[in-house]
Amino acid sequence: MLTALLISFVVALAAPAVHRVLGDRASWVLAALPLGLFATFAARIPAVSAEGAVTQVVPWVPSFGVNLSFYLDGLSLLFVLLITGLGALIVVYAGAYLKGHRDLGRFYLALLLFMSAMLGLVLSSNLIALFVFWELTSFASYLLIGFKHEDEDSRRSALQALLVTGGGGLALLGGLILLGIAGGGTFELTEIMANGEAVRAHALYPALFALIAVGCFTKSAQFPFHFWLPNAMAAPTPVSAYLHSATMVKAGIYLLMRLDATLGGTALWVGTLATAGAITMLLGAVWALRQTDLKKVLAYSTVTALGTLTLLVGLSFEASIKAAVVFLLVHALYKGALFLIAGSVDHETGTRDVLALGGLRRAMPVTGVAAALAGLSMAGLPPLFGFVGKELTYKAKLGFDAADVLLPGAAVLANALTVAAAGVLVLRPFFGSMRATPKPPHETPPAMWLGPLVLAAAGLLFGLFPALLPATLVGNAVTATLGYTIEIKLALWYGLGAALYLSVLTVAVGVLTYWQWDRVRGALARLDGLTRFGPERGYERLLEGTLAFADWQTRLLQNGSLRGYLVWLLGLVVVLPGAALVLRHDGFAVATAWDEILPHEWALAGLIIASALVTAGSRSRTLAVAALGVVGFSVALLFLGLGAPDLAMTQLLVETLIVVIILLVLRHLPTLRTERAEPGLSRWASGALALGAGTVVTLLGLAVVATPFDPSVAQFYAERSVPEGFGRNLVNVILVDFRALDTLGEITVLAVAALGAFVLVRAGAAPAFPTLDVDGSVILRTATRFLITLLFLTALFLLWRGHNEPGGGFIGGLVAAGAFALYLMAFGEAAMRRLLRVAPRDLLGVGLGIALLSGLFAVASNEAFMTGQWLSLKLGDGLEPLKLGTPLLFDIGVFLVVVGFTLTIVLALERAPGRTPGDRAQPAEEGA
Amino acid sequence: MQTLLILLAGVLFAAGVYLVLRRNLLRMIFGLVLLSNAVNLLVFSMGRVARLAPPLVPEGAMAPVGAVANPLPQALVLTAIVIGFGLVSFALVLAYRSFVTLGTVETDAFEDEPAPAPRDTAPTVAPPLSLPTTNGAASHPELSAR
Repeated sequence: MLTALLISFVVALAAPAVHRVLGDRASWVLAALPLGLFATFAARIPAVSAEGAVTQVVPWVPSFGVNLSFYLDGLSLLFVLLITGLGALIVVYAGAYLKGHRDLGRFYLALLLFMSAMLGLVLSSNLIALFVFWELTSFASYLLIGFKHEDEDSRRSALQALLVTGGGGLALLGGLILLGIAGGGTFELTEIMANGEAVRAHALYPALFALIAVGCFTKSAQFPFHFWLPNAMAAPTPVSAYLHSATMVKAGIYLLMRLDATLGGTALWVGTLATAGAITMLLGAVWALRQTDLKKVLAYSTVTALGTLTLLVGLSFEASIKAAVVFLLVHALYKGALFLIAGSVDHETGTRDVLALGGLRRAMPVTGVAAALAGLSMAGLPPLFGFVGKELTYKAKLGFDAADVLLPGAAVLANALTVAAAGVLVLRPFFGSMRATPKPPHETPPAMWLGPLVLAAAGLLFGLFPALLPATLVGNAVTATLGYTIEIKLALWYGLGAALYLSVLTVAVGVLTYWQWDRVRGALARLDGLTRFGPERGYERLLEGTLAFADWQTRLLQNGSLRGYLVWLLGLVVVLPGAALVLRHDGFAVATAWDEILPHEWALAGLIIASALVTAGSRSRTLAVAALGVVGFSVALLFLGLGAPDLAMTQLLVETLIVVIILLVLRHLPTLRTERAEPGLSRWASGALALGAGTVVTLLGLAVVATPFDPSVAQFYAERSVPEGFGRNLVNVILVDFRALDTLGEITVLAVAALGAFVLVRAGAAPAFPTLDVDGSVILRTATRFLITLLFLTALFLLWRGHNEPGGGFIGGLVAAGAFALYLMAFGEAAMRRLLRVAPRDLLGVGLGIALLSGLFAVASNEAFMTGQWLSLKLGDGLEPLKLGTPLLFDIGVFLVVVGFTLTIVLALERAPGRTPGDRAQPAEEGA
Repeated sequence: MQTLLILLAGVLFAAGVYLVLRRNLLRMIFGLVLLSNAVNLLVFSMGRVARLAPPLVPEGAMAPVGAVANPLPQALVLTAIVIGFGLVSFALVLAYRSFVTLGTVETDAFEDEPAPAPRDTAPTVAPPLSLPTTNGAASHPELSAR
């Protein structure tokens, strides 16, 4: 069965290609797929009759219990044959109906995709797999309803159908998961069905039933979710015939029948389904007579039929299930035929308005015959199969003890109105005198009368010889639904009985109604205002409301103001951890030994605080930058005093370079003196938020250090650094060996930032502006000449010794970058570029490449990426062997990236065009 | 000493937040630098600080001798300092670019497109379709795409 499904999907995907190649004949070829499937499955009828079911399980996501389990029993077999048989006829019909349409290939694709999904749905015996196919059918339906995508009606109806069935699908998923839980922790239907008793008694039963019911009601257009079905008539007629009358809308009914054995029979089940079904049945029947568009009449009568089916499944006893199965088949046959006929009429005459049609049987004889047969079946008159179906439904309703007269009464009314509708559909257009239509009608091509004729003839055949069906299709389906075997006998004549009298009554009332149809229609028209309170308005209001809310919320939060976003962000940073601290923490002890703090540490602390305040409040740019520098350097000194020499060096160098870059940018930006004063309120508010943030951060920190400290990680590195990392500088070994991957990410970030900054500066740049005026003084230049070599040597030395002493790639790189920057200041850009020889951006690439390469050595030795590989070089007697390793190579890569990053930015900014010409180096005094 | 560091981190954080919320883009970047410093101090102090020796193993030994500073937060902060450097540099270039393109460094005045206007009646929601028309004359010509 999996094979069959896969073939089906594959052919569906290939359909557009087939259409491109074969053109008009494609439909006959593509119909071979459903026909072939029909034959294959029909051949399985004996097997299913004998054994009861054929199963196949293919694991899909075993850890979630989701498998592609397929289960072919009577019920699924009935549906499969229906789907494939109808599918073949519809494909052929569509080929002629949409002949010449430029999107016909895509149509075939969507149609066959739908068919495959529907097959998967009815064959599936794993709840989650079933759900996947369920949603696939909704999706295919969306594509098909919206096929005429240029028409706004189509788009809107397609969206409505998708949202309603999709929303129901969501509920269904919840219900199916609950069913899995209640059924014993499995999603396999076979196992759940064995636990039926437990499920019905489970605490979750009401919830899961409600959710599954919602899912089925939305799919099968039960009240109050029925409104999408008439609107779906915007789809091309083959789609309406296939999906929205015979197959997709029956999916909900299928699921209810499938679950009847497990969930059915309880008061909740019977009450809900029967009520909903009855209401839908009557609603559809009445509203059908309000319509004059052939397809709309058919749509509403489909709603009626679905209501009847739901009602019958809801009653959940033998006779009702038997009636449901038979009626399912009956309805599919006549409704499919009538829809196709409506399409043919439209195709030939150019109109679907019943009031404008008449006497077509003379112009379209074959279609007329099919229409007559289908109409008789719909009205439930002998000897058509529809009569058999109707008799059975009456027997079922009479057999249901509760609700004495109500049920049969409702049934009679609904069926009578259906008889009238049948008259509207068949008698008005095909009989009577010919009327003038937009196009002069003639008979349709064979491809288009084949479908209706076959279906209508089947209705006649099964009506005359109902014994053809029982053991094969109907019997197995009923057995499957009920969960136990019963004998089914179908006959045309059951003898005189209450059911027969009801039928006579029905026909009488129906004929009367039809005769007075115009009056009835007029009366119904006066009720139009009621739709203002109907479910469709509810749907629209819901949609409008959701969109309006989304708009409002977006305008509120995403208002384009940077400060607004920051306020939100920082506000939450203050509020959430702060609230957590206050509410959930029991308090902590702050152990401080104030007297142990040395005077110079107090001095540094004071300096930091003072400088921070100066930066915050200063109106002079230079002062602010200087204060920033002081903060940075003081922090570096703190690090030094606390046993972090690497950190101190890095902080010093970074602070220096940041100041350099800030100054390069300051040239272009206006002074702070020219800024508008901010309103006091916003300053106070910012201040309050800032205080809050600072407090929360401090409290957080204190809370953390109050917890006991676990030194195990630090010990891990301390113990392994020399034996495994061959390095004595623990920090460096962590950076380039143990956590090299993180450092690799870090230098990648640097590289990307450099490139981004480069592009930002150069994007749309004006022709090269004159560069920074070099007025390097003699002292600077002389000093630089001496220092530069020393600085480069220092940088390399730091790089080399970093693994064992404070130093490393970062620090070395920063020193080298600083050296280059110094050279730039002293001698100008051209000289610096000559010294550098390569473009800074190239350094980025080379550095990254070397870093990556260093990690690949490990892969070559079959170890994890970035594991350090070492070799010992013998240097001769008396000397320690020299240890060279990939971490050193990695550090070289880091070195190069850091240099490349700094120089890319510095050089780009140095040549950056200003806002106005002549805007070059502003003297440092201005704007101070 | 630890407590002092955490207090300092708090002060820097407060100053940084205050600056970040200012209207002038340059002040915002100064605030970024202060925030970066604050967080570095905070993370550093999380690893418990004291006046200990640097985390180095003496020559010839296999493990550090005596109590040494915790190397892990130092590695983290080193990374953070460098990335902070990258971030601030990029932000400065961004400020430059903003000024050149938009003509202002005041974030309030940044506007590349106005906020979305309130939506009029959405095209997807229109009068109900199923309301029967008076004459049924509005039958949809399905073959219009031909």
